[in-house]
Amino acid sequence: MSTTTIDAREAEVSYLSEKFTLWSWLLSTDHKRIAILYLISITVFFFIGGIGAAVMRWNLIEPGGMVAPETYNRMFSMHGVMMVWFFLVPSIPATLGNFCIPLMIGARDLAFPKLNLMSWYIFVAAGLTEFYAMFAGGIDTGWTFYPTLSTGYTNGFVKVAAAGIFLSGFSSIATGVNFMVTIHRLRAPGMFWHRLPVFVWSHYAVSVIYVLATPMLTMTMVMLFFQRSFGVGMFDPRLGGDLVLYQHMFWFYSHPAVYIMILPGFGVISEIIPCFCHRRLFGYEFVVWCSMAIAVIGFFAWGHHMFVSGESIYSALVFSLMSYVVAVPSAIKVFNWVGTMHKAYIRFDAPMLYALGFIVLFTIGGLTGLWLANLPADVHLHDTYFVVAHFHYVMVGGMVTALFGGLHFWWPKMTGRMYPEMWGRAAALIIFIGFNMTFAPQFLLGWAGMPRRYATYPPEFQVLNVMSSAGASILAIGYLLPLLYLPWSLFRGARAPANPWDATGLEWQTPSPPPSVNFLATPIVTTGPYEYKEPEVLEQQRQDG
Amino acid sequence: MAEPQLTVEPEFQYSSLFAQAQTAVAGMWLFLAQECVFFGGMILTWVYARYWNEAGFDAGASHTVLWIGSVNVGILVTSSFVFACALLFVRAGQVRLTALALLGVIVLGSVFLLLKGYEWHLDFVAHNWVNDPDFPVKGPLEGGAKLFWTFYWVGTVLHAAHMVVGIGLVAYVLRRTLRRQFTPTYHVPIEVVGIFWGFVDIVWILLWPLIYLIGRLP
Repeated sequence: MSTTTIDAREAEVSYLSEKFTLWSWLLSTDHKRIAILYLISITVFFFIGGIGAAVMRWNLIEPGGMVAPETYNRMFSMHGVMMVWFFLVPSIPATLGNFCIPLMIGARDLAFPKLNLMSWYIFVAAGLTEFYAMFAGGIDTGWTFYPTLSTGYTNGFVKVAAAGIFLSGFSSIATGVNFMVTIHRLRAPGMFWHRLPVFVWSHYAVSVIYVLATPMLTMTMVMLFFQRSFGVGMFDPRLGGDLVLYQHMFWFYSHPAVYIMILPGFGVISEIIPCFCHRRLFGYEFVVWCSMAIAVIGFFAWGHHMFVSGESIYSALVFSLMSYVVAVPSAIKVFNWVGTMHKAYIRFDAPMLYALGFIVLFTIGGLTGLWLANLPADVHLHDTYFVVAHFHYVMVGGMVTALFGGLHFWWPKMTGRMYPEMWGRAAALIIFIGFNMTFAPQFLLGWAGMPRRYATYPPEFQVLNVMSSAGASILAIGYLLPLLYLPWSLFRGARAPANPWDATGLEWQTPSPPPSVNFLATPIVTTGPYEYKEPEVLEQQRQDG
Repeated sequence: MAEPQLTVEPEFQYSSLFAQAQTAVAGMWLFLAQECVFFGGMILTWVYARYWNEAGFDAGASHTVLWIGSVNVGILVTSSFVFACALLFVRAGQVRLTALALLGVIVLGSVFLLLKGYEWHLDFVAHNWVNDPDFPVKGPLEGGAKLFWTFYWVGTVLHAAHMVVGIGLVAYVLRRTLRRQFTPTYHVPIEVVGIFWGFVDIVWILLWPLIYLIGRLP
């Protein structure tokens, strides 16, 4: 990628080994260390959200339910709140993005390192607030907090939960501002916009959403807090307010946020596929501009969450159209990845297995989204398990798979150690199988009319529900495996070279793990991001010695 | 005024002090884009709720204290002007005048907050808190009037919170000015804080008609 050859010099001290004390980590402004802090935090939140999912799947084994309906409501609310705001929204950007963006653009750190550390502290404070809400008694409103249930009728800890989400928003905004400014201002000499890796472009697109959508959510949470605390009626028609207004404001954030929960995944996949196919990304500019198109069009599709909420039919038509339109750039990306793989010599290492799983699962999730964008079909499918399966295919099948793929891909760079390849591949397969077993039956359940968020169901749905719960247990094993072998590799894994995958990209040209200043010499970029040599050329070079 | 020559080094991730300064300014503008959506969301719902409850909003607005709100507009606009002077002074190397101007901004901002606090006191005494049992507007307009006061409290408290942060930031750059840490070429913290201060000023200029004027139109 650049004229600098791989810096084989062992870094005197890496960012990991330099001053390894608790305070040196907790007060570090090094983007690499903050990425690790974020990684540990979101892992904790992921497993707390996972507990909610486990109780739900356990409950749904029996048509009559296994836990009290009130408990069930609190479990799915905890699952949603934790997974959306405390795992998925920060997942790839705050960990892999934080770690890789400065390395990928040849910078020594993000533009505002202290702001970066502050965003982590805000995130942790928000998470602890949310913990308190969940364990003091929980909420039963679902993650969407729709009034007037949330403002009048529920007896849960809505105010504390809203405060936690309010806080977490500032952490997202800080990250978004930091990324955008960094990408604009700190690129290495020669790193022009069209030489940026797609991963960086995806994070630029995500940052636009972080900065311009999140404040609407924070304001919505302020109003929700006010209404619940003081009995005023911003969202209460009896007091002059408007119920659907809340839904508009909430989804004005939360629909673009859906793209926060997938665009970084696109970025990861766009790095992995060219590397393991050892060729250029097919249609680089299309992939880049599709990311930007998704970020922009994503702001104009929020109304499709309210097709049955009393939205005017003319608004619904426009929002339906926009929902179809946003599918186009997503599909273009899938074609580009497949085009990259076409007739390539593919290496099936663990990151590539995750990437392949991503393409399959995201495509299913995306295509079923088209059914839901369709007005008459949505009237039938709205609030059923079909919706649940659709967005889990995108967010879990897509984003979480991409996170795991990216984590394996950059693990050698982050830790200086190789993960055990056999276990990596096994986990990728187990996750893929378990995921499909969990969520494919839910499409059928939703199609047959099983509504979401109910603790009980008619007996004829039991077979599919048991299949789903059985699949969830396999999926859980798949997610637990990396939790065991990745920490193991920190101590016993083989030492990683600077560039174990023969990848292009500046991050692979500095030692693994990188020194605190990232690059021993500022890199100078002379070529595009995916200048992989075709295998024939490599073979020729090998013969020529 | 002569001052000792400073050699300010850029932070390690920047190639030059100039690049660092430009980046700081860019970061603040982007942060303000976020602020626009934040306050914009509130103002949008405010206008929307008013559209459906016009009479109620007017009834509520007639109980606001017009003179304090208007005096406060003058105070904030003046403070922004004084801040702009501070920027001119620091560019001219006038450290003492810069510090004086920044102190002036702090004083004006504090006067704003004191007046605002007095106004809140008057509002409480007049039972304008949203769930006060003796809320002055009764009957069919009560819901709308309470909505108006909801937006009043949310808007003014959030604005005041921004004022407090702003005054803290001005105090920070004042401290650094007094420690002779700024030069005619390096003073970007003052510039960045100034952009923020100007924004908080503009928010009040938008809140002023929404709170005090529209409901009093003949």
